[in-house]
Order: sequence, then structure tokens, then C-alpha cells
Amino acid sequence: MDEPRGHARWVRVSHWIGAASLLVLAVTGVLILMVHPRLYWGEVGNDLTPALLELPISRNHQHGGWDTPRPFFARADSPVSASRTYDIFNQNGWGRSLHFLAAWCLVVPGALYLLGGLVGGHFRSHLWPGAREMEPRVLWHHVVEHARFRIPPASGGPRYNVLQKIAYSSVVFVAAPAMVLTGLAMSPAIAAAFQWLPRMFGGHQSARTIHFAAFVALVLFVIVHLVMVAASGFRRQMRAMTLGD
Amino acid sequence: MATRLITRRRAIVAGLASIGGVAASRLPLVELPPTYGNLLRAGDALTYAAHRLLLPQHALVREYTLADLTSFPAIGTTSPAVSVKTPLGEQYRDWQAGGFRDWRLSVEGLVATPRTFSLDDLKALPSRTQITRHTCEEGWTAIGQWTGVPLATVLEAAGILPAARFAVLHSVDDWVDSLDMSDVLHPQTLLAYGMNGRELPVPHGAPVRLRVERQIGSKSMKYVRRIVVTDTFDDGGTSGSIQNGWAWYNGI
Repeated sequence: MDEPRGHARWVRVSHWIGAASLLVLAVTGVLILMVHPRLYWGEVGNDLTPALLELPISRNHQHGGWDTPRPFFARADSPVSASRTYDIFNQNGWGRSLHFLAAWCLVVPGALYLLGGLVGGHFRSHLWPGAREMEPRVLWHHVVEHARFRIPPASGGPRYNVLQKIAYSSVVFVAAPAMVLTGLAMSPAIAAAFQWLPRMFGGHQSARTIHFAAFVALVLFVIVHLVMVAASGFRRQMRAMTLGD
Repeated sequence: MATRLITRRRAIVAGLASIGGVAASRLPLVELPPTYGNLLRAGDALTYAAHRLLLPQHALVREYTLADLTSFPAIGTTSPAVSVKTPLGEQYRDWQAGGFRDWRLSVEGLVATPRTFSLDDLKALPSRTQITRHTCEEGWTAIGQWTGVPLATVLEAAGILPAARFAVLHSVDDWVDSLDMSDVLHPQTLLAYGMNGRELPVPHGAPVRLRVERQIGSKSMKYVRRIVVTDTFDDGGTSGSIQNGWAWYNGI
């Protein structure tokens, strides 16, 4: 099969648009999470209901600034209302708008990238692991080689080894789509038009928690990715992903 | 192999063409939001245009059952009689002391008969009760039952004119925000006077608050006192959400 050398131009452009968007999304995403650093499972979660996870990432963490809860109904397990007395940290006025602007910058080129990769055969030839590569013996060999930090020198593009293929495929086909779909599921307007979308993830707050989990997974990927780029020859790899040679 | 590839391509092209067809048919009806010139809000402008272009405008948000009601935080202004340091705060104190019998909602602008509504006037109009999820921009959610009169019904009672494009709402705590006609006319957009089967509590916006279920919670204005129907966009000046650093449309 005729193997192209180096990264195709549309792959390089997609890579840097994606990288820049992800950086802005990550920063503004953390900013948004700092406003309400509690995660839940199900449809509903707020300061008056139990959290799945509370993150100590802003002054809003367990701020406790609520007046005495008042029950809505005269029964022991009644839901309650309480008024907030604490002046919370909240930069969502610009944080959310910038997050959604970056989301558009990721989603539109991202959709074109998926279309191009599917139609042009890039995914089939370069990203999707073949059946023979997925044999346990082969997989194990690559895991051991990586664990011993024996990294093959950069080739400046495809072909990728099976661990690279698994990592890139996980980002392109699992983490990124999960990120976008859980993000859309949290939109009241989208949830009105497609009620099944938040339900698919187990509810609005579950979608928010999965959105955060996908963020953590992507951050871990980026860290490993950058370490591997450095280990396999930073200058060579950067030239390959920018100039394409 | 080659045949299959062409089929997939055709399927994708046909899919995109059909989406494009729907979008094109609605294009004359859609315009960018009034905040389109702001670079920071460029994503919100795209979102607004995409929502109005591609989504069914009369789709209803999910409604829940009484068993789904949850605890519900009250944030922002929770007692205007105490915290609002303008004559409106004093007026609210009087309204509250009198059980809101003297409270009036003023409906003005592009309506045939500008008028005021008392709480009883609103309750005499056809009502709607819905159990919906409040989605706060901060990140939390809560489910509450709301009883009120559809905003469209109130504006029709005042004779809303065909030139209407926005409803500009003013609150007791001196906040100004606006909705386009798609949200104004949505069947679940209410002026709510009841919550969880009782009168709307003061911390949640008594006597009347807006419920605009397809948008983020902060658009559901509490303590509504005045509605002005306009054909041009009014950002509300220094009391408006925009000059206070908030997006006009953050519905994504």
C-alpha cells in the first residue's frame, strides 16, 4: 500500500485548531467548574443535595453560606429551600461565552476532520488498529517496550504503532465525541429539542460529570502525548506537525 | 469496495443537503442576536442562529412528576425589601406587607392597550402548571413545580401588535433583560405566581417571576414588575444584563 510520508496538510491544520480550542476549553472549563465545584449523578444536583464529588478549587468549595433551610412540604423528607448569603466567585459572564466560542472552533473543524478522515480513508489506514495489531502478544510487546521507555525515533507522521493508534482513536472516536455530546446535553435549548440526549447519559448532572471525566482523560492524554513527543525528538516532531516534512 | 465508498459518500452528501435544505427554508426568519457585534459573544451569536435555524421552535422541555421535586436554592436577590436600596425596595416592602394585593405588573410598548395587571388579574387568566428543571449557569440544577399564566396569554390580553420583536422585562431589583418572540410565544414560558403548590415564596421572586425553560436559569427573572414590548433591541442600559457583563443568549 502506498504510504504517504509525513502528516497531510489538512491533518496538521486540524491538529492545531483542535489543540488551540482544547486549551481555551480547558481553561474556561475549569473556570466554570470553579463557580460550582460539586459533581453529581442523575438529573439534579445543587448545594442543598448530596454531591458525588466536591473539588477544593475555589473559595466556593463548601462555602456554607446558606440561611436556615425551609421545607416546601409538611413532611420529614420534604425538599427544602434556602437563600444564599455568601458572595460566590463567578466569572461565568465571560467564561461561558468564551467556552462556547472555543467549542464552535472545535466542533465545526472537528466535524470536517471526521468527515475527511472517514471518506478519505485516513482513519482506516492510519488510526484504526488492525486485528493483527490487537493480538495480545503484539500489544504486550509494545506495552513492555514503552514501559522500558524504548521509544522509536520519530518518523514524522504515520505509520503509528498500535499504542499510538489506540490513544489517537480513543481521543477522536470516544473522548472528543463524548465531550461534545455531554456538552450539548447540558444545554436547556438542546435538551428541549432532543429530550433523549441528557437521558442517554443518565441525566443532566450525569452528563456534566461525564463531561468532567472526559476532560480529565483528555488532560492525561495531552500530558502523555507531550512526553512522547519530547522523548521521540521534539524538534523533528514539531517540524512534522507544522511544516509537514 | 469502491461501490460501498461511493454509497457512503452519497449518504453523507444527502444528509448534509437535507440539513441545509431545512436551514435554508428558515433562513429568512432568522437573524443574528442583537449582541452579534461583540467578539466575545460571537460563539453565542452562532449558537442563537443555529438554535433558531435548526431546532423545532415549539419543542417542549421535559416535564417531571411531583415525586421528582427537589431542594431548590434561592440565589441573587432573595429579599428585595431588605437588599434593594432604591424607592423600588421601599415599594416592595409595602407590597409584601399587604400580601401583594397592591402589586401591579405594567405591560407597555407595542400593545394595543397598555395596562397593568394585579395578581388576581393574572390568576383569572388561563393557567398552566409544569414541573421542570431549573438549569443555573453556575452549574447546579433543581426541579420545581411552577404555576402561572403563559407570557403570551398576558401579552395577548394587552393586545400585542404584529411589529413586536422583543419583550423587555424589568424587575424590582432593577435588572433588565429581554426575550425574542420565539421564547415569548413558547408555551412553557410563564409568568409564575405559584411554586410547589403554594404562592411563590419571596426568595424565589414573589409575587411573580418569569420561567423561560429553554434558556439558562438566570434568564428566568425574579420579581418581574414591568414588561415593555418593542420592535428594537433595548439592552437595558446600566441595569441590563449585557452592560453587567452577561451574555444575552447563553442557551448552548
